[in-house]
Amino acid sequence: MKKINVETGVGIFIVVGLLCLGYLSMKLGDVSLFGTDHYQVNARFVNVSGLKEGATVEIAGVTVGKVSKISLDDYEAFVSLLIKPDVKLQEDVIASIRTQGIIGDKYIKIKTGGSEEFIETNGEIIETESAIELEELISKYVFEKE
Amino acid sequence: MMKVFERLGSSALLQFNEIGRMGIFLFYSFLSIVRPPYKPGPVIKQMYVIGSKSVFVILFTGVFTGMVLGLQGYHTLSKVGAEGVLGSFVSLGLIRELGPVLSALMVTGRAGSAMCAEIGIMRISEQIDALDCMAIDPHKYVIAPKFIAGIISMPLLTAIFDVMGIFGGYLVGVKLLGGNEGSFFTSMYNNVGAEDIYMGLMKPLCFGVLIIWISSAKGFYVHMTKGGGFGAEGVSGVTTSAVVLSSVAILLFDFFLTSILI
Amino acid sequence: MKPAIELKDVHKSYGTQHVLRGVNLSIPEGKTTIIVGGSGQGKSQIIKHSLGLIRPDSGTVKVFDKDINAINKKQLKEVRTHFGVLFQNSALFDSMTVYDNVALPLRERTKFAEEKISDIVHEKLEMMDVVGSDDKYPAQISGGMKKRVGLARAIVLDPKIIFFDEPTTGLDVEKSNEIYRAFFRTQAQLQYTAVIVSHDVPKIFKLADYVSLLFDGVMQGCITPEEFQLSENPAIKSFVRETMGELYSSEVEGLL
Repeated sequence: MKKINVETGVGIFIVVGLLCLGYLSMKLGDVSLFGTDHYQVNARFVNVSGLKEGATVEIAGVTVGKVSKISLDDYEAFVSLLIKPDVKLQEDVIASIRTQGIIGDKYIKIKTGGSEEFIETNGEIIETESAIELEELISKYVFEKE
Repeated sequence: MMKVFERLGSSALLQFNEIGRMGIFLFYSFLSIVRPPYKPGPVIKQMYVIGSKSVFVILFTGVFTGMVLGLQGYHTLSKVGAEGVLGSFVSLGLIRELGPVLSALMVTGRAGSAMCAEIGIMRISEQIDALDCMAIDPHKYVIAPKFIAGIISMPLLTAIFDVMGIFGGYLVGVKLLGGNEGSFFTSMYNNVGAEDIYMGLMKPLCFGVLIIWISSAKGFYVHMTKGGGFGAEGVSGVTTSAVVLSSVAILLFDFFLTSILI
Repeated sequence: MKPAIELKDVHKSYGTQHVLRGVNLSIPEGKTTIIVGGSGQGKSQIIKHSLGLIRPDSGTVKVFDKDINAINKKQLKEVRTHFGVLFQNSALFDSMTVYDNVALPLRERTKFAEEKISDIVHEKLEMMDVVGSDDKYPAQISGGMKKRVGLARAIVLDPKIIFFDEPTTGLDVEKSNEIYRAFFRTQAQLQYTAVIVSHDVPKIFKLADYVSLLFDGVMQGCITPEEFQLSENPAIKSFVRETMGELYSSEVEGLL
């Protein structure tokens, strides 16, 4: 077998290393080199307990975007969503916070509406449903029983 | 009684002396990195030694670390019915913690020890003095290429380790134990964020500096090492202590880095 | 005569070992000075002090009238360009070929093109009778050859002062004669100041213009070899007797 020379060895190493690095940062770390062509819509929730930045946004179980920012505005949770450009949201969609399984991650589920008008970039989803807190549900159930 | 204090005092002074020496060593090394001229040749040679030659051991340890994580994770998570998050368990564990630390330890064992011995031998056979006499800065000529190569190689090696580990976790978690392939990758994509990757890259950068620093400084000052002395024995002594010290320093630093970056 | 190197009252101790105890030595320019002395007396220390590799505890070391411990790093670098050193065990870089070893000072210190470097390296190697070993590594050549390559490397930048640290230690008579011949040739050609640390007595005296004995951490005289052999200084006398034996000393007595 021919011995690989130093330069080739280093070259292969760098290429393999960069490929792995690229996979990690672009695919897993959501670092995008070319900027994002997603458009942003906002939504206000009374309670987003458990929702994290980066959580997915789904329509009919299909991922169409993600949560880019969560902040407090006028004592309400102000959530910015990044939605794929080919997905149009009607003006009367309902955004609700759901949980995958019982202890799984929180995500945002969007129920489509029937309106002819679509939400524009930086527009706002009017109808929202807050996160269901498990503790509240349980205590409600327990206390009603008494 | 006074003897005790005297011993304590002299050993403390010796330690301070060594710390100071190592500090100055690091300072000069960085100075010589930024100072022109820049020659790519030696750096490439060192990258071959530190990086390319470590790839196989990294591949191997990476896959097996991922596999054992998959195995352990699957059994623990399936007790609470959360096998679905195995992907994020494996990938986060690797990217944030195990990848950087284990690949740093591997590089210490493979390249750090060799580097320390190489520089130590250059010192005792007067090659470093010879460089000084020819007015060639040994920091610039010998040490700086190693630092640059280490700083470039460590993140790349860690990235390879992480990817191989995720592959190993996938093999065990999905192929062997029959977990759901989709949920493995989805939970991984959803739960690993940019800050995890950032942490997973900062650590190997710091570890790279740490390994090269300790290994080369130990070899560089072999002639000043107390009790080690000269000759082959001196070199073997400092090589051992370089590997031990690097490994301990990596684990210590890992804690501090994690608490800063988290 | 102007001295090339001047050590004044240099003291150096390692722990409890007081190696140099007030060394005074001036090395005249363009001549060959030999430093002799028993093993472990610190002869190599004097070379390392002159090069600025070791700082004295007290005293001054002047090279061409510059105190090398008082100047900054850049100036020290400048001074060191005038130095060439042949180390005790050659100190060749064992990861580089013979050619690269000799070319290193040129590559790092000058901006010559590779062809010019190649010319100079081959010229110096030929001067040392080392031909056709360009691609060998130091571990593949003999001890005598290593020394000659080391000497080629030391003279490659045409320095003004060359230090020889035990140039013939570990070599048989034939090999050491080769080194001496190479030394003669190069000094005649390049006119450098030579400082030789050696205990190859009496052969080394043939090369010397001046001889100095390091004894008990102090230099004993810096005198011509003839004077050295006839000296009444008790330290020198006992050194001459010990190293040259009775036969030689009786000859000396005969001269008297």
